[in-house]
Amino acid sequence: MSSDDKVDCGRRRLIVATSAVGGVAGVAAAVPFLASFAPSERAKSAGAPVEVDISKLAPGQMMTVEWRGKPVWIINRTKEMIDGLKKIDEKLADPKSERKMQPDYATNDTRSIKPEIMVAIGICTHLGCSPTDKLKTSDAVEPDWQGGFLCPCHGSTFDLAGRVYKAKPAPDNLEVPPHYYLSESTILIGEEKKGA
Amino acid sequence: MGSSNYEKYKSDGSLPGTVLEWVDARFPLTANWKAHLSEYYAPKNFNFWYFFGSLALLVLVIQIVTGIFLVMHFKPDASLNAAGVPVAFASVEYIMRDVPWGWLIRYMHSTGASAFFVVVYLHMFRGMLYGSYRKPRELIWIFGVAIFLSLMGEAFFGYLLPWGQMSYWGAQVIVNLFSALPVIGPDLSIMIRGDFVVGDATLNRFFSFHVIAIPLVLVGLVAAHILALHEVGSNNPDGVEIKKKKDEKGIPLDGIPFHPYYTVKDIVGVVVFLMVFSMIVFFAPELGGYFLEYNNFIPANPMQTPPHIAPVWYFTPYYSILRANTVNFFWIDAKLWGVIFMGLSTMVFFLLPWLDRSPAKSIRYRGPIYKWALGIFVVVFFILGYLGILPPTPGRTLLSQICTVYYFAFFLLMPIYSKIDKCQPEPDRVTSK
Repeated sequence: MSSDDKVDCGRRRLIVATSAVGGVAGVAAAVPFLASFAPSERAKSAGAPVEVDISKLAPGQMMTVEWRGKPVWIINRTKEMIDGLKKIDEKLADPKSERKMQPDYATNDTRSIKPEIMVAIGICTHLGCSPTDKLKTSDAVEPDWQGGFLCPCHGSTFDLAGRVYKAKPAPDNLEVPPHYYLSESTILIGEEKKGA
Repeated sequence: MGSSNYEKYKSDGSLPGTVLEWVDARFPLTANWKAHLSEYYAPKNFNFWYFFGSLALLVLVIQIVTGIFLVMHFKPDASLNAAGVPVAFASVEYIMRDVPWGWLIRYMHSTGASAFFVVVYLHMFRGMLYGSYRKPRELIWIFGVAIFLSLMGEAFFGYLLPWGQMSYWGAQVIVNLFSALPVIGPDLSIMIRGDFVVGDATLNRFFSFHVIAIPLVLVGLVAAHILALHEVGSNNPDGVEIKKKKDEKGIPLDGIPFHPYYTVKDIVGVVVFLMVFSMIVFFAPELGGYFLEYNNFIPANPMQTPPHIAPVWYFTPYYSILRANTVNFFWIDAKLWGVIFMGLSTMVFFLLPWLDRSPAKSIRYRGPIYKWALGIFVVVFFILGYLGILPPTPGRTLLSQICTVYYFAFFLLMPIYSKIDKCQPEPDRVTSK
């Protein structure tokens, strides 16, 4: 092999071809490693529905249960709280719940199946913090406060139906998870009613 | 690097000499010792600002050694133990209370994290003072910025491991930032977490990144940073090239061998640094909540965010820039702008060698515009850092927006103002007495 000979085009082609094939193999070998970042089968199957007894939840109170590792709030709203929802429509980003952040059966004025019982995932739609409850009108964090939630991370505010106020970092209303009533005072969170 | 230019050691007949000759015939030991230490000629006018490179290396060693020992007792496990405490959180408490001297090793590691950023920020500032990123040192600077970015990743991954409230919710917020990216965002944030919320899968992979992946990258980048430095030679406070004036042996007239001159100087820096470091480790390891946040002494609770969350101090300037973006414009919403500007604010340093058009490298010979611009930049950096610790109010948001605009203007207008600035002529040789 002498260096001042002309380039052997056959060998050069062989180098290009082997490099290309080797490169493809290298990329293919990366696939299983990258794919292993995805949630495992166990993580995917961990979303079992949660049964909640709300018989002891007094009007004006809220409780938090865990579903898929997330806090789910159940709020028993009083008559005044429900009436308060209508008073602040013009301050909200999506007062009619037009964006799909709730199942169809909760797409209404109170974003719930029963008007008084609110079920929502307590995770801010901005960056995933859990907002702090400011249920009473005296907890005011906005003018004309009708009760709601304040996210401690970046200051988004939500009303008692989980609807987000305008001009806040959070773009959407709080998510309403799939749920239905097993009985008058038992909710199953995480599943749609069969045939519904 | 040219280590092959150095002669191999010839034995003087003594036993150590014969051993060295044997090694040198098989491995470039003497050649590397000379190339990087005893015959690496550094400018003789290094000042205070030149301590921080070697100190950064020292902190890296502290972090690696303490880290190795912490891994012997730490358990990356988010499940609850019999007492209802997450295993990871409990294992850190175990290190603090039950492992002999574990508290010291852990406090050295947690203080070391903050010390790393103190030292690296000062090291970067030195580069900006004396134009150390200018030709022919662009690659040194690029490797350095890559080290800085890796260090931020290392700190972020490490911060989740104690599995306290700040660990959990900090990771939740930062990982959710990626969900703001269009199209791939939501799936990408799930791929990072390995679950639909921050959980055991997230803790385990962050542990892997923190103890293996990023440290390997860091060590490699540090080696590249030093090799590139030793290829072109060090800059100095006068910003003039010492290689332009050499004696008949080819040694720079203003150069002195790194060893013993600067090894001895750096030992003084190491001693002073370790005094301050020890005072923090022994008397104020939490440093008022800035080095170890109080909320992180509460186990992670996925059901409840603490009333006020803030990143550790070294991330707060960028966190302020994230929060300063509150306006939707073009077709992109504020959340994504925040992520974009936060990312750009850390990566804009890469461009510095090409943004600076000044005829003089060192601040000693640069004009008033750059002196003011850099001075205000430092103030703005501190203001952004301070605002990032505080909860937002309309006034603070406005201030952070003004500071964010200045932060980027400092870099992006540099090609203009550094060119029109009235510099003084640089001297021929360094000016130390």
